[in-house]
Amino acid sequence: MNSSLLFFVLLGLTLFSYWFGVQRSLKVAGGAEHKKELTSLPQQFGLLTAMVCGLPALITLLIFNSAEQIIVEQLLISTLPANIQSLSSVDIGLYLNNIHAMASSESATNLLQGSGISSDNYVQTQYQAAFTLQELNQQASWLKTALVLIIACVSVTVLVRKFSLTYQARQKSESIILALLVASSAVAILTTIGIIISVLFESIHFFKSVSPVEFMFGTQWSPQTAMRVDQVGGSGSFGAIPLFAGTMLITFIAMLLAVPVGLMIAIYLSQYASAKLRAFAKPMLEILAGIPTVVYGFFAALTVAPVIRNFGESLGLSVASESALAAGLVMGTMIIPFVSSLSEDAISAVPNSLKEASFGMGATKSETVLKVLLPAALPGIVGAILLAVSRAIGETMIVVMAAGMAANLTANPLDSVTTVTVQIVTLLTGDQEFDSPKTLAAFALGLMLFITTLGLNVLALKVVRKYREQYD
Amino acid sequence: MTKISKNSTVDSTNTNSALSTTEKVSLSLKKRHRKEKRFKRIGLFSVLFGFLLVVTLIGDITSKALPAFHQHWVKLEVNYQASWLNIDESTAQSLSAKQMKTANYRNVLKKSLYQMFPEVSGRKDKRQLAKLFSSNAEFTLKDNLIAAPLLFDKQTQIWVRLDDDVDSYLKEEFPLGEAGLRISQKQAQWVAQLIASERIESRFNFSFFTASDSREPELAGIKGALMGTILTMFVTLLLSFPLGVAGALYLEEFAPKNRFTDFIEININNLAAVPSIVFGLLGLAVIINLFGLPRSAPLVGGIVLTLMTLPTIIIASRAAIKAVPPSIREAALGLGASKMQVTFSHVLPQAMPGIITGAIIGVAQALGETAPLLMIGMVAFIVDVPTSIVDSATVLPVQIFLWADSPERAFLAKTSAAILVLLSLLMVINLSATMLRSKFEKK
Amino acid sequence: MNAITSAKQEQVNVTTKASLSQIELTETVGNIYADDAKMSIRNANVYYGDKQAIDNISLDLAKNQVTALIGPSGCGKSTFLRCLNRMNDTIDICKITGQFTLDDEDIYAKSLDPVLLRARVGMVFQKPNPFPKSIYENVAYGARIHGLINNKAELDEIVETSLQKAGLFNEVKDRLNDPGTGLSGGQQQRLCIARTIAVSPEVILMDEPASALDPIATAIIEELIDELKEKYTIAIVTHSMQQAARVSQHTAYFHMGKLVEMGKTEDIFTRPSHKLTENYITGRFG
Repeated sequence: MNSSLLFFVLLGLTLFSYWFGVQRSLKVAGGAEHKKELTSLPQQFGLLTAMVCGLPALITLLIFNSAEQIIVEQLLISTLPANIQSLSSVDIGLYLNNIHAMASSESATNLLQGSGISSDNYVQTQYQAAFTLQELNQQASWLKTALVLIIACVSVTVLVRKFSLTYQARQKSESIILALLVASSAVAILTTIGIIISVLFESIHFFKSVSPVEFMFGTQWSPQTAMRVDQVGGSGSFGAIPLFAGTMLITFIAMLLAVPVGLMIAIYLSQYASAKLRAFAKPMLEILAGIPTVVYGFFAALTVAPVIRNFGESLGLSVASESALAAGLVMGTMIIPFVSSLSEDAISAVPNSLKEASFGMGATKSETVLKVLLPAALPGIVGAILLAVSRAIGETMIVVMAAGMAANLTANPLDSVTTVTVQIVTLLTGDQEFDSPKTLAAFALGLMLFITTLGLNVLALKVVRKYREQYD
Repeated sequence: MTKISKNSTVDSTNTNSALSTTEKVSLSLKKRHRKEKRFKRIGLFSVLFGFLLVVTLIGDITSKALPAFHQHWVKLEVNYQASWLNIDESTAQSLSAKQMKTANYRNVLKKSLYQMFPEVSGRKDKRQLAKLFSSNAEFTLKDNLIAAPLLFDKQTQIWVRLDDDVDSYLKEEFPLGEAGLRISQKQAQWVAQLIASERIESRFNFSFFTASDSREPELAGIKGALMGTILTMFVTLLLSFPLGVAGALYLEEFAPKNRFTDFIEININNLAAVPSIVFGLLGLAVIINLFGLPRSAPLVGGIVLTLMTLPTIIIASRAAIKAVPPSIREAALGLGASKMQVTFSHVLPQAMPGIITGAIIGVAQALGETAPLLMIGMVAFIVDVPTSIVDSATVLPVQIFLWADSPERAFLAKTSAAILVLLSLLMVINLSATMLRSKFEKK
Repeated sequence: MNAITSAKQEQVNVTTKASLSQIELTETVGNIYADDAKMSIRNANVYYGDKQAIDNISLDLAKNQVTALIGPSGCGKSTFLRCLNRMNDTIDICKITGQFTLDDEDIYAKSLDPVLLRARVGMVFQKPNPFPKSIYENVAYGARIHGLINNKAELDEIVETSLQKAGLFNEVKDRLNDPGTGLSGGQQQRLCIARTIAVSPEVILMDEPASALDPIATAIIEELIDELKEKYTIAIVTHSMQQAARVSQHTAYFHMGKLVEMGKTEDIFTRPSHKLTENYITGRFG
């Protein structure tokens, strides 16, 4: 039985268990008319039975599935001839891929025939291996089915034997539900741990071959390592400074657009605009926030970049077709609603009494905004800007589509620069071998990205919280 | 405008000047009001600038997308001659299915074209002529013959797609017969000839919605990507909704105020700000390489997007649960219900509309996400429409990314059209969330 | 001149306590006029949307004297006070009719700039609301925005004299650069008074300036008000009748948006002419 079929069988079994649990509890009570004598309702007995049937079996299924492939593969390798076992891990991987393909496309009889008729030893082994794989898969599948079904049935049997008039089915089922709730909320922790494991371990791996100092302070970035020994220029250098500089340049351009515009929008909408304009403007600007980044990327690469290029050339400037300016401006556009809504929250959090005090002194609206509201809301606005910067640094699609690939160390916004996220995508899409420094470098960059954005976020939340406390 | 009465009490603190406060204030008043006006105008301009950005963005993409919704077809005179089909005339009486499938339709197409344009000679010109038509034309001929075997050895008229270059050329409105785009002078004249004989027709491009990805722009459609998106969102919703609701219920209703709870909250808040691409790295390193789930599959995509949107859903659900008045809980608890019963039978139903709204917003966020899916290999060129959550698939945003990268000019319109489809989907989703929310609030 | 239609009369009676509904409320009793009026208000009406908050009120604010506005909660006294420097302008739905003059000049005239008006008619609020800036900057705020000073020395002088007049200088002279929000409640309120008098207004409006303060701080503020009337015309809204009796020379009693009685403070508190006033000051309600 394959996993999805098994899953549905298990589901059916669970539903049956509910009914079974209800019936058993009624039997224990001595018929439906005596159900009052039970400490818990029959439905609660049913629920408990269903959970006891489904959960352990489901967990077994999940664990089995995640381990199955690895174990089967190890078993398969151990049956292979020694000359193939001694190949490098990459070659074994390729070999195994072949066998997997054969095993899934050919029937068992074909494979047996193939291994019989072929005179070539190599091909014969492959057929043989594919056949073995099929057999192993078959066995694993049987084992899985048997294991899951047995666990489900045994747990139910053991449980219903314990049923009695005083059996606390409700308490038991509720504690299982509570455990499930705790587990769900702990997914957040698991995710964080998962992220840390995935970027940290690979990064440590990477720093074994490239020194952290070179990575953090080197100014040369050319991750293309040699595929063959005789290739020229294939040593690969991993100085990430140009990437950090490029990221910062684009983020800076984005902020240069987003912060003033976003802030002025926040001020205008919260202090000047009529209710009508506000009701129209807010959803309108939310559109900007809701547009997927890939759309911004397309807009940047195919509309904004050519416009900037043509404009620059008409002024006699040389503008790269993937200029940092285009990517930065479009990224700024994306961030405007983010800055404006967070700043508006910060401005509205300033107590009205301060505004009144200022008006009462004869200040004009703009004087009140600039000299009282903004200074008072400053921590909240700073928090908003920090969050916006964090978002700009982590933004991927706009820069992948509109910024360059070449790692130039420059501050000229008309040049092409590359960013951390662009390099992560470049290094990890397309052909990759998992253990080369080139691939691992992406995880080291991911680690830097994670640390930076996490730091900015923690800082921003702290600033904002402190600010809230001030006025609460 | 400021009349200063003689007996006004002017404070004497302004020692070094004989002017009263009123006079001093009025001196700078004009300037201050000018500043005020300027400030207000800057604010208004900023808001209008925001509007302008929205309109430009949507307008630009819409105008670029429009050409993708129609397509030029051409009516060819096709002669299914047995010799051109490479079918032996003697067996032609009982044409077998296999023969029809393996016949040489390319040859039929070429020969038919030479018949229509007898003046074309020379290998180079002939090749140029053939290039006017979609590479899929020979399959159209094949399907046609299989559908109507009686046409064998006969002359007929068949509509086929034009090549994407010709299609773009026609849409850009070059003067008829002029060279342009990737169309040579000769090709342009042939096209003009076809138009003159009323053989070219513009039709609505149904295949954009019914076809899968293709290297040929005139054949490419979004069905595969749409299916991938639906499957991925299905997995995302299936996982993130129960997990998010359960997590929110625990944190809001059961969690004791302790370190563990605080730690979970900090985690949720920070995860909400982690760049999406990092979730892609997580998917690649843990879900694919460690757990061995298949690359490019909607299952993995859905899991990654679940982890990404979970904080959003938990935060929204918690707000909705918090909004349920405590009196409801107290009333039910007072009747002797257990905390768990109260939560599931009273609090949860009350909070459901808010929770669903939050989930919809989370899914909308996941729907437009691209970067993490690139990491887990949903970026491959996939022709087959995926049918299960473990098939290789791509999603709409990734399809947009792939097409935007393609050099063919016709893909520009396709990309824009795919964006329009994506934006419409998002709009429908967000509108439904808004409607749900306002319906809920009215109650 | 304070003719009240019978329809409005009915409305009042419905919403007043039953025991009071018999009492006639036709027009203001006592004396609303002052010999030397700084501000004069005639037939003032204020509406918030459909709701009338001030109903046909006329009174004078005597120059260099303290006028107390008293009355139960929601009687419109704060609303009325806020009309005197056009603070209600910022509320969209608020509509004001009637004649308001400052030194015979219409303060609601189109030609009159509210910015200038508010420089002349300052305001102190119920809750101390110093800006989240230093003590020095708080006091300097008005002088800076109105461009009253030419150099730092002038500003220093304004800050010092204002703080002195508000009786705060000796307490804060060593920490002028500390944030104003760090002071005690009473000090904060005096800081707000210093901030108001730094622009040398002619009239100071005080909206329950001591309601958020403890008795000692209240006493200091009351003393201060007494001193300030030498230079400024003061209108003070207060909940506390004792306070009105202590600091004011004139008292106006508001009830349900109407001015019931006005006169010399000692007259009002010793010989109220109107039944409503009597009820209020004897503590029957309020």
